[in-house]
Amino acid sequence: MKTLADLNPSEAGCIHSISGLDGLSQRLGEIGFTPGQAVQVVRCAPLGDPMQIRIRGFDVALRKNEARRVTLTS
Amino acid sequence: MTSVASLDPASQSARATASQTSPQRRYTVAVVGNPNTGKTTLFNALTGLSQHTGNYPGVTVESALGEFTSDGQHFLAIDLPGTYSLAPRAPDEMIAVSVLLGLGENVTAPDVVLCVLDATHLDRNLYLLTQVLEVGRPVVVALTMTDIAGKQGIVLDVPALARQLGVPVIPVHAAKRLGLPELKQAVGRASRIAFVPNQPIRLPAAFVTEVEQLCALFAKHSQHDTPSRFLIERLLIDAGGSVEQLLVQDLGETILPQVTTARARLATGGVSPQQLETDTRYRWISQVIAAPGRQTLVATYTWSDRIDAVVTHKVWGLSIFLLTMAILFQAIFSWSAPLMGGIETIFGALGVWISGFVTEGPLQSLLVDGIVGGVGAVVVFVPQIALLFGLIAVLEDSGYMARAAFLMDRVMASFGLSGRSFIPLLSSFACAVPGIMSTRSIDNRRDRIATILIAPLMSCSARLPVYVLFISAFIPAQTVGGVFGLQGTLLFAMYLLGLVFAPPIAFLLKRTMLKGESVPFLLELPPFQVPAWRVVLFRMYDRSWAFIKRAGTIILATTILIWALSYYPDQPQLAEEFAARRASAAPEALASLDTEEAGARLRGSYLGQAGQAIEPLVQPLGWDWKIGMATLASFPAREVIIAALGTIYNLGNEQDEESVQLRDAMRAERWPDGRVVYTPVVAVSVMVFFALCCQCGATLATIKRETGSWGYAAFTFIYMTSLAYVGALFVYQVGSRLFGT
Repeated sequence: MKTLADLNPSEAGCIHSISGLDGLSQRLGEIGFTPGQAVQVVRCAPLGDPMQIRIRGFDVALRKNEARRVTLTS
Repeated sequence: MTSVASLDPASQSARATASQTSPQRRYTVAVVGNPNTGKTTLFNALTGLSQHTGNYPGVTVESALGEFTSDGQHFLAIDLPGTYSLAPRAPDEMIAVSVLLGLGENVTAPDVVLCVLDATHLDRNLYLLTQVLEVGRPVVVALTMTDIAGKQGIVLDVPALARQLGVPVIPVHAAKRLGLPELKQAVGRASRIAFVPNQPIRLPAAFVTEVEQLCALFAKHSQHDTPSRFLIERLLIDAGGSVEQLLVQDLGETILPQVTTARARLATGGVSPQQLETDTRYRWISQVIAAPGRQTLVATYTWSDRIDAVVTHKVWGLSIFLLTMAILFQAIFSWSAPLMGGIETIFGALGVWISGFVTEGPLQSLLVDGIVGGVGAVVVFVPQIALLFGLIAVLEDSGYMARAAFLMDRVMASFGLSGRSFIPLLSSFACAVPGIMSTRSIDNRRDRIATILIAPLMSCSARLPVYVLFISAFIPAQTVGGVFGLQGTLLFAMYLLGLVFAPPIAFLLKRTMLKGESVPFLLELPPFQVPAWRVVLFRMYDRSWAFIKRAGTIILATTILIWALSYYPDQPQLAEEFAARRASAAPEALASLDTEEAGARLRGSYLGQAGQAIEPLVQPLGWDWKIGMATLASFPAREVIIAALGTIYNLGNEQDEESVQLRDAMRAERWPDGRVVYTPVVAVSVMVFFALCCQCGATLATIKRETGSWGYAAFTFIYMTSLAYVGALFVYQVGSRLFGT
């Protein structure tokens, strides 16, 4: 399944679900990574990681292996 | 620290009523909010100069506190760390929850909770508010950034919002001081509310049933007071979270099976309790702010986005980053030097002035070398601290700090830290004290501790004089490979040494002592803004003062201790001997007799005796007892070794690293069998020891203060001293075999 980490810079997608049950999935849900929510990769850092993600009108940096937990609707 | 005993709401309200009868009662207000909401700016504006770092009643960890009055009511405010939710997963987040609920022995729940909401990101901010409302304390909302929201076309109907939330909502602009009187009034009114009914969110019936069953179970089986419903809900939702840890610690492992089965029952519906909570809250939020326009992603390409495109660019971004770091480093390394020199001159003059009217003897020595020297040793750090925190405040308040962490995260992640550790470690190359203090911006406690523990390995500016003295005196000025000077290469190698050891140590610490669930790297990248000078100045003042007050006393105490060890015991026969020699000496020889006596005295002091006692320990490093003793004397502050060597070699304590006399005296030193003491290999052995050892009372005092525990300070001291010893041993044993003694 396609995840947030698979998006190229400036590509957008729609959240299907967050995989796993731990601190990361909870924190992502809390800041608004909820199913159906639109999400965009703004850019990757110059060294390749992390990614700058735009969601609900704000920007957050996420490492790629964390962004992989966000699955997108295809 | 916290305990569920006394969690019982009934006992809490009983306490509240009892204290309300006192006319001089001080009310408490806790300020909560997401990071980057302008919460701290608002807190500063509310509390003004009464703000200080201290302990909220019953809480052992220090926080920002302040006071204000409203209609004659006196309020103590606590600025809780910025958080996205009340689902604690780290000790720092648990503190916020403990304060809000009044968990633990002497913690009283606040009379009012002031929740700061950023109007430009209202949905995410409301998530926290929905949880805050469930705490059951009177809530007041301060709405910030309304001007920016207006510019972004977000229309806010404040009275309607207040109605939907069921709490007062006050728009504020802290920097322009707008809305503050209204906010204080609202807080005052809220503190007089007797009954708090608010429960706007209804979680699904299945969830409520499980919570009620667990509540009943705890009530039946528990020997203690029953935990509040809020805690039971968190226990059910946050698998592996801080509340679970707290309740298991208090009530025993036996509670877990029931909780696990309850979670499993809820999950059979296909939705985990976690997801159930976030979905329910966000659904409620979307009803409150029925603003379809908010869903669009890149509505506008703002000037903040334009800056972002440059400062995170592969070429420009990294260049700007390097330039910024160079300026930061230059500021603490060089720009603070004249101020520090000035402070040293002033305290030196003060010492001379005091010795003018206090007769020579123990009192004069205590005043001049112990107290004035000790206070000077504290104050001398202030320029570096103030400058670094001024610059850091500018970087943080403007939004650049988050970008710096974004750029450096890849590098730091390779040894288990995050991008936020970069600036504290870089600052530590100038001085570990402000470096360690700046780790407060690292929100993950385990990362923060790991950063604190490796920061003193960075080669600070106090090591430089030691390197300069030993390199210029004992390392031949020849070239390596015809290009690089040997002296310069060695100096560079000394700076690299800490960088070589720090990453594996951080990696090991994260794998062993600081093991635990990995906290995700979630770094908000806030829009760029012009920093508020009030914030910058306040940070400079607050950090400097906090250092003087907390670390200062410990530094002063160690300085006085070392003074006493090097002054006592009394050596009357020495005094007599020198009095006799003075009587028969020529007038021009008197000065050299003074320094000779000081040297003899120091060699005979407790410190000198200790130096002789540890000689067997330092001989494998190639050192004689005088080097051992000078090293002992420089444990409170490493740069002291130069003055100590000056005194030991009868040159007086006013030698510096450029002193030709001192170099000559050291070159002339011989073992009893006539061998040279300071060979180049011995010089490198001493330098390696100083590069790796934590010879800095100020650093240890700061570690204690920042971690809240002497344990981490002791650990740093022990591991660095061991590392230094092994490093110096290796250099001497291998070096002397390769190059001869």
